[in-house]
Amino acid sequence: MSATPQTVEESGSAAEPRGGWMDAVGSFVRQRPLGAIGAAIILLMMVVAASADLLAPYDPLATDYGAMLRSPGGHHWLGTDAFGRDVLSRMIYGSRTALMVGLGASFLGATFGSIIGVASAYFGGRVDLFVQRVMDVFFAFPVIILALAVVSILGTGVGNVILAIATPMVPRCARVVRSSALSVREMPYVDAARAAGFGHRRIILRHMLPNVMAPILIMATAFLGEAILLEASLSFLGLGVNEPTAAWGLMLRGAAVEFAESAPWMAFFPGLAISLAVFGFNLFGDSLRDALDPRLRTQ
Amino acid sequence: MTEALLEVTDLVKHFSVSSGLRGRAASVVRAIDGVSFSIRRGETLGLVGESGCGKTTTGRCVLQLERATSGRIRFDGSDITDMNQSELRQVRRSMQVIFQDPYSSLNPRMSICDILAEPIKVHGLVPDKAKREERVRELLAQVGLLPQHARRFPHQLSGGQRQRVGIARALAMEPKLIVCDEPVSALDVSIQAQIINLLENLQARLGLTYLFIAHDLSVVRHISDRVAVMYLGHIVELADRQALYEEPLHPYTHALLSAVPIPDPKLEASRERMVLRGEVPSPLNPPSGCVFHPRCPIAVDRCSAEIPPLREIRSGHWAACHLA
Repeated sequence: MSATPQTVEESGSAAEPRGGWMDAVGSFVRQRPLGAIGAAIILLMMVVAASADLLAPYDPLATDYGAMLRSPGGHHWLGTDAFGRDVLSRMIYGSRTALMVGLGASFLGATFGSIIGVASAYFGGRVDLFVQRVMDVFFAFPVIILALAVVSILGTGVGNVILAIATPMVPRCARVVRSSALSVREMPYVDAARAAGFGHRRIILRHMLPNVMAPILIMATAFLGEAILLEASLSFLGLGVNEPTAAWGLMLRGAAVEFAESAPWMAFFPGLAISLAVFGFNLFGDSLRDALDPRLRTQ
Repeated sequence: MTEALLEVTDLVKHFSVSSGLRGRAASVVRAIDGVSFSIRRGETLGLVGESGCGKTTTGRCVLQLERATSGRIRFDGSDITDMNQSELRQVRRSMQVIFQDPYSSLNPRMSICDILAEPIKVHGLVPDKAKREERVRELLAQVGLLPQHARRFPHQLSGGQRQRVGIARALAMEPKLIVCDEPVSALDVSIQAQIINLLENLQARLGLTYLFIAHDLSVVRHISDRVAVMYLGHIVELADRQALYEEPLHPYTHALLSAVPIPDPKLEASRERMVLRGEVPSPLNPPSGCVFHPRCPIAVDRCSAEIPPLREIRSGHWAACHLA
């Protein structure tokens, strides 16, 4: 035998075609048209939110007492509310609030939830048992009740609403991620990392978390729609975003209480926006789940 | 060469199968039941046995991936059995592992370069980033891979190439002992030979010590200096390779060796085979006395009553059998 081991020849399979991104999008549209519709709605919402300053015909906070409760048409396409604020402009700016709360809450909820879930699976035994029982306690409360409790402790406002909505998502994400992480825990590469003397944090964050990304992504998209709905519900109850911020739930609140008959457009359009956004996120989330089935991906 | 690098004494590992609300142990799986052996520096000890006989668990206990139920493990002069995490970190540097399945032993989300550089970085062996990449290239060359493989991900490599990466990862920390847990049984025969030769080369150049776990008797014969045969959580025979393969003392070793096919049709047709009756008993409820007695062709009454100790029958040739 020679002193230097002979070199293994290059394998041809290594050169993967780059730029398969467009193809992936194309096949997603063809195979899952409903998901594509959902994605289109989300994309539209994002574009509107990003270019709200350009799109909105009026300042969403500007009151015009000369044009209160105008019906749709004329200068105000979707009418005005009880303070003479343009409904269309408020809806366009409201998409910003909805996206900010939705993205913020699902990001926070998915991040903390998945770290807790992976850590629970990694440590196992009593730690796992304890963490899962704490999660059970959170599960015992309906989502909205838990969110209400957090808001009543922290107070209203965008930041607190994000926290309030993220809280009930943490245990749900933790549970789903834990079940995937349990199988990753048994993978030899995790043993190899332990045998290499790596710390717990490194093993959890670098070796386990990236391998349970598929279920986390799916949970996060599923949360998005729900978070938007929850934000609207909280705002509607007066426990969410504060006036005069433009938010869909807040617009409903102002409209439904006194003007449901005299000025139905005030409630109709924000309600439509909420439904459409939630519908879009759910369609997209469902298709994404089918496309990256977590049970197949974490094997 | 005579000093022992690893000494395992009366190692016991029981897994409890719990049931019920209070998690009381309903029954106990006796994966390893009193195993003792030692490995000298620079030596290869082969550990053979059927599936489920406890050989992998033995390896995992040595690596402290599983905590032993009882017994002591001394490595490089210090007792590692009760060490805490931070003490173990230091020991782990000199004790590495190569796994059976090259597909699941590499993190699919990390490039080869990251996989090899990580242990070097974490243990602060080479603090400088450029030098670390240099060291990764060196490791790749050592196991017969090319520098450009560093940028690849595990799924872009073949099984044999991945196993080479696994070996390079074990070498990254400059260990003294490598536990090879069936390192070739998932590979093609032609690749098996390459990997075995690579392991032998590395041992000669770096002075490594191997605990080589396998069920392929011919592979073990090729690579080992001494061989231990395990059956149902016990070592039944331990001897130099030559002695064990040519004059086995334990009836189980006999049976194992007689199952190895001979690559010659004439000899193969005429040779005598010793076929064991029955199945391996469950480690949940092992037989009394000698664990092998229900299947042993030469068992006597004493075998079911008394546990045979592992005794030195000839110089350096140990067997656990009353009749040996």
